[in-house]
Amino acid sequence: METLKPDAANYQSLLKHYIATQDEHSLYGAEQITKQFIKNNIPPEEIVNLHIQAMAALYPDLPEYFRHSMKFLLETMISYGIAHQEYHTLREQQSELKSEIAVAANMQDTLLATTKPAIDGLDIGVVSVPAHQMNGDYHHFVTGEDGSLGIAVADVIGKGIPAALCMSMIKYSMDSLPERTMRPQTILKNLNRVVERNVESSMFITMFYAQYLPADGKIRYSSAGHEPGFYYNARENRFEEIKAKGLVLGVDPDTDYRQYERVLHQGDMVILLTDGVTECRQGDRFIESEEVLDVIARFSHLQAQDMVDKVYKHFERLQNFRLRDDFTLIVLKKEV
Amino acid sequence: MDLAIDVIDENKKTIVKLSGEIDAYTAPQLKEKLLQLTKIEEHKTIVDLENVGYMDSTGLGIFISALKSTKENNSSIRLVNLQDRVLRVFQITGLDEIFTIHTAIRGGNE
Repeated sequence: METLKPDAANYQSLLKHYIATQDEHSLYGAEQITKQFIKNNIPPEEIVNLHIQAMAALYPDLPEYFRHSMKFLLETMISYGIAHQEYHTLREQQSELKSEIAVAANMQDTLLATTKPAIDGLDIGVVSVPAHQMNGDYHHFVTGEDGSLGIAVADVIGKGIPAALCMSMIKYSMDSLPERTMRPQTILKNLNRVVERNVESSMFITMFYAQYLPADGKIRYSSAGHEPGFYYNARENRFEEIKAKGLVLGVDPDTDYRQYERVLHQGDMVILLTDGVTECRQGDRFIESEEVLDVIARFSHLQAQDMVDKVYKHFERLQNFRLRDDFTLIVLKKEV
Repeated sequence: MDLAIDVIDENKKTIVKLSGEIDAYTAPQLKEKLLQLTKIEEHKTIVDLENVGYMDSTGLGIFISALKSTKENNSSIRLVNLQDRVLRVFQITGLDEIFTIHTAIRGGNE
């Protein structure tokens, strides 16, 4: 190895000096050589080899057992060197993977992008934050030809990449449903079959699907095992849980979903969320759902977007800015 | 937090007593145990959740796989002694309607 030659002479003289004096300067010199070796990717057995040669040059009459022992060390370092090389390769591969995942996450964001629609008389706020690189929560807005607004909120169990990939499947199944089947219970029934057929047995999806009909201020909804949202009754200044029962998607292909209906009045709100919100923890303690409501109520006088942002900030702070789960919160506020 | 899995084998029946939390970290060992038991033809598995204070959705996924496995292998699984927080997770997801769930292990259910 060419790069070793000047170092070999240098190493030998440093070693000679050190054996004679045991002085710190030689050690410092050795450290500098090491840095050079690391930079040039010199495997550890080469360094042992360097030492053997230096010793042989300095002391031609070294005892045989010493030479054998150095040979032994050399062989040992060869396997060490191979393992070390593998470690480096793995590190490189890992960083490649990381950047590929970042690309995938980006692509996912583009694929699943949804725009908050502008609906007369309905103030909408959305916040959706992933705990890891890819979001396993999903929300989607779709406006029908009849002016109705479809809102899906979903959570995939498993987390991480498989969950995120699963979401793309859901999104495309929903896009391919004909518009006349936009009713929440029909959508969930269809998606349930898609998920049941295509997803492995320990994975499943919870979804809340709502359809808002602006003409009569009515909201229809069905739930597939999704964390219940809340309904705010402005006249009575009272929150209540939205009771909608239904089995999670992907477990039983023959499930039927119940559909519920409710008329919204001025100032009423519908609050949809994922369990990343209700499973927030403060230290070892869970945040109870009453506390979640308290926080929502505290900011409920704000515009919907401002409100969800403030609620999110509140919980982020409680958990020391480290989310355990993806966090999605949607607020629909009827203005007139 | 850890999850302790105590297994009591009786004739054609196994009681799996769990203590701790069921989450993404502790779930794999539980999954292995439950799938192993539910694969035995006509075997009855009873999971005692009395000492489980927390279960996240990964845990649900495991119980769903176990339930699917009982259907394929003509075996059965029953969940007993659920704490309120854990029971609520089954109720929200609608899974309480497809699982056999008892809130007390004793009392002549068998």
